[in-house]
Amino acid sequence: MRGQLHLWIAQRVTAAFLALAVAVHLVTIIIAVRGGLSAAEILARTRGSEAWLLFYAGFALAAGLHAAIGLRAIAAEWLGWRGRGLDIAWLGIGLLTALFGIRAAWGLYHG
Amino acid sequence: METLKVRIWRGDAAGGAFSAYEVPARENQTVLDVVSEIQREQEPALAYRFACRVGMCGSCAMEVNGRARWTCRTHVKRVAKPGEALTLRPLPHLPVIRDLATDMAPFFDKWARAKGSFQPKDAPDGAVPEDFAVVPPGSKPRREADAGIECIGCGVCYASCDVVGWNPDYLGPAALNRAWTLVNDVRDGARRARLDAVSGDAGCHSCHSTQSCTERCPKGLDPSSAIAGLKRSLFWDALLGRRG
Ligand code: SF4
Ligand code: SF4
Ligand code: FES
Repeated sequence: MRGQLHLWIAQRVTAAFLALAVAVHLVTIIIAVRGGLSAAEILARTRGSEAWLLFYAGFALAAGLHAAIGLRAIAAEWLGWRGRGLDIAWLGIGLLTALFGIRAAWGLYHG
Repeated sequence: METLKVRIWRGDAAGGAFSAYEVPARENQTVLDVVSEIQREQEPALAYRFACRVGMCGSCAMEVNGRARWTCRTHVKRVAKPGEALTLRPLPHLPVIRDLATDMAPFFDKWARAKGSFQPKDAPDGAVPEDFAVVPPGSKPRREADAGIECIGCGVCYASCDVVGWNPDYLGPAALNRAWTLVNDVRDGARRARLDAVSGDAGCHSCHSTQSCTERCPKGLDPSSAIAGLKRSLFWDALLGRRG
């Protein structure tokens, strides 16, 4: 039960962070595309910037966890998929999705 | 005299089917009046349940034209247009005993699982406390407790909740509403154990806040907000380290 409480809290906290992060992400896009957009411009902004690396790594982590916890609830209610083994699998799926995003963020920082 | 067509589901746990009846359509008749008339005049073996007939005991709930309702205080006029038939089924999400009578045991077992009984703080051994507890009527916990205390245990909210249908372990709106009144009872000493009992997938964290319970409760209670209160308490308790 405690684990389930913590999953719920993680869901709420990531939702709050995502609301903020999506807003920052969209505003950045809108500002960035003014006057055209190129890969070089993006890289110029993100390469070597710890702030953007941290922001997008956090974004990816929150998105991965939030999606996996949400899918876990849907699978439990609609398909009856429940249990500890599945919970661990969902956590794995969440972290794996997050890893893809974090790798992309690292690419922008390092690339 | 005009007649009212009534379809009643008849059967038991193994299955059943609808039977059709007709009764005189009266100016003033409740759904329970109609069922009683059919049982007395036409179908003596029809099983259903009621006691007070005035909306106090919570025993008469059924599904009336697709919605769970208390039948003793539901006028036929309010649920069926002139000429429209009444369709009656036992309450959803509960095992059927026979016809319109459901087994309420799982519903009340969940109240027990949600620690729905008062645990006096001052007298844990059940002794009567020395003095009366003073609980100011205007205080916030008192108002929160008052808001949910009038539950008659009819099971209408439980039968109307999708999550109960999806997860048979889910405690459901009435038991969680009861737990919230006790969490707000300043005389109660079992807050921590109760919050543990209502936490997680079988408890408040599965509620989608869709408010069918609140919309359908015949007593006008708001289990949905009570459940939100439980979530809030558990959230802050966990974040501030008030639980392990
Ligand atoms: S608000 Fe929660 S308890 Fe009420 S009907 Fe919806 S899911 Fe069920
Ligand atoms: S909360 Fe309302 S609908 Fe639910 S059991 Fe109590 S009185 Fe009935
Ligand atoms: S018979 Fe008691 S509430 Fe309907």
